[in-house]
Amino acid sequence: MFIGYFTERPYQDQDSGWFGAVGQPITDLAMSNADYDPKLGADLYNRYLDEKIYAEEMGFDGLMLNEHHSTPFCMGGVMNVEAAILARITKRAKIVLLGNVLPIWDDPLWLAEELAEIDMISRGRLVTGWVRGTGRESVAHNAQSPYNWERFQEAHDFIVKAWTTPGPWRWEGEHYQFRYVNPWARPYQDPHPPIWIPGILSRNTVDWAAKHRYPYIMLATDLEPTKKSFDYYDEQAREHGYEAGSQHHGYLFKVHVDETDELADEVGRKYVQGPSNPFLEGNQGEVLSTLQNLPGLTSRTKVLPTGASLAALQSRGRSGDHAKLGGGTATQAELDKKELGDPFGSYKSQKERYTIITGTPKTVIPKVRHVLETLRPGSIFFWDGDGAMTHEDSMRSLRLMGEEVIPAVREMGKELDLPGPFEMDPYTLAPVEEKTEAAEAVAAPAGD
Amino acid sequence: MTTTQATYSECTVSVAGLSMHVVQGGNGPSAVWLHHSTGPLGWLPLHERLAERLHVSAPDLPGYGRSERPVWARHPRDIAVLLGRAIAKLELEPTLLIGHGFGGWVAAELATMNPSALRGLVLVGAAGLQPEEGEIIDPIFFTFGDYVKQGFHDEAAFEDAFGSDGSESHRELWDFSREMTSRLTWKPWMFNRQLAPLLREVDVPALLVWGAEDRVVPLDCGRRYEAALPDARLVVVEGAGHLVELEAPDRLASLITEFAGA
Repeated sequence: MFIGYFTERPYQDQDSGWFGAVGQPITDLAMSNADYDPKLGADLYNRYLDEKIYAEEMGFDGLMLNEHHSTPFCMGGVMNVEAAILARITKRAKIVLLGNVLPIWDDPLWLAEELAEIDMISRGRLVTGWVRGTGRESVAHNAQSPYNWERFQEAHDFIVKAWTTPGPWRWEGEHYQFRYVNPWARPYQDPHPPIWIPGILSRNTVDWAAKHRYPYIMLATDLEPTKKSFDYYDEQAREHGYEAGSQHHGYLFKVHVDETDELADEVGRKYVQGPSNPFLEGNQGEVLSTLQNLPGLTSRTKVLPTGASLAALQSRGRSGDHAKLGGGTATQAELDKKELGDPFGSYKSQKERYTIITGTPKTVIPKVRHVLETLRPGSIFFWDGDGAMTHEDSMRSLRLMGEEVIPAVREMGKELDLPGPFEMDPYTLAPVEEKTEAAEAVAAPAGD
Repeated sequence: MTTTQATYSECTVSVAGLSMHVVQGGNGPSAVWLHHSTGPLGWLPLHERLAERLHVSAPDLPGYGRSERPVWARHPRDIAVLLGRAIAKLELEPTLLIGHGFGGWVAAELATMNPSALRGLVLVGAAGLQPEEGEIIDPIFFTFGDYVKQGFHDEAAFEDAFGSDGSESHRELWDFSREMTSRLTWKPWMFNRQLAPLLREVDVPALLVWGAEDRVVPLDCGRRYEAALPDARLVVVEGAGHLVELEAPDRLASLITEFAGA
């Protein structure tokens, strides 16, 4: 079992009124960065890095980062910078990037170089992950959406080749052309860092991940459709002649642990409904339906079960249609009143559906077990420290996770036989040989 | 939208191994009519009016409607090349070439390649040139229906044409067409910096028609065409938006037939 920690690093602004649950109506890509305060940004970047470093101390195996653009819900537009800092400061945890948005890179050679540098600085702790991005990424960096999937595949093929085939060589592809490929930076890991593929929507991507035997990480989707998507991965794996295992299945879900159930609920509400992350499910940001439907971005006939489910489509807030029904500008009291019948998931209904797990270690651990038993993932990521949670809220949760939840979940992983990708090799399907420190010392060149 | 019940026929022509669908009707000198980026809507009242004086051919542009997609095409010029071959194969030369919006851009590109195949050029709210005032609207932030509504001066006219938000089949057409358009133009959106210098060589008469209330392609684009083409006249139609053929079909038909001397 591989256990990672994630926060989306929202731009948290308690004061402007823009990002508050009772503030102005918020529409994705319709907010001016005139309201962006770099001093606040400085505090937040440093806070989120500190929390990641503490997460390693608390025993997490992986520190997960992600990337979005031109939106307040994620400050990781250039997550490789954060990854590079963590590479230098942390000692043991994997740095898991889920993921770089390949199709929006016009120069994937640059990305190959950056990732190789991060892998070297961390001495081989990089897990690289690649995504196609949401509509807002294609809009923000003006990547031609009908070629998103082609560019994703070509950039992947190119970067893997840049990492594994000695240069110089030339690349004259459909979407990328390079006259001289010979990066003076090679990944520390041989042949290259593990590649994991996160996603929610596209069957194309699942087929493709299964074909390459890359672990597929479902991002905070509902349990049943997630299970169906893993089943689909497994079917595709069989088509490609192998039997997938837990090491091929990863799952990110919202978990917050606190000292009392009451405090956990209070913070849980801040997490999904409070200021600062308006596009979290249950919050009030409105996502333009056109952004989820850019021309040719996702093949219309190839959508995963999670894509068809309401929660995945609404996982970044409410749709315009829902807002028209009154959701867009509802007050907290109105939301509370409606929440039992609210399929879009305010805090309480999300809790019932396991899309957020909150409580004390004692109440959280059985719920995590339910998730593990239902989905049988080999890697999981606790998504915490989000929304309007304070640094103190995050740190309390991290401490309790470290003290009680992680040890218990490790035991569950063993008991339920859920090896992660560093225990069971996703490619060879064989157990990964444990490298002893002595063996590594022998393998490492003198002076390393 | 109901297509007019009239005497028109449908045919296909093969170009570069791709089947192209063409609707034809009327008698007289040849006119080839090109649809918007939102796709072909069939035989329209405007076509019916034009067909009284002209032989009208309205192809589904390659990749739109029932014409096969050239998966390799990356620019409206590629479409113009295919269209030029289709016109030659259907023996429609010399023809009056009429293009609306994106179809106007394709028409202008084709005109630069082979002006001798044309008797005249009619551009209605044509994209293709960068306006100095205003910008060509970006559909990305609009739903399909809302984008088409931007094409009307009077939104009631949208409802008359498509119902409150367009039928399922219209939304499908707009979705499909937006994808094809996005394969052909993206950076920059809806214009070509290489077009204006070549328009100087288009030595056929040109009629430029713009709806006075065009919110999709600014009237300034019409002025750019007027400045770039050697023999062009710009006519502004009051009370119409971008979709002049739907809001003022009779007025547009009169302008075109008068221009054609038909």
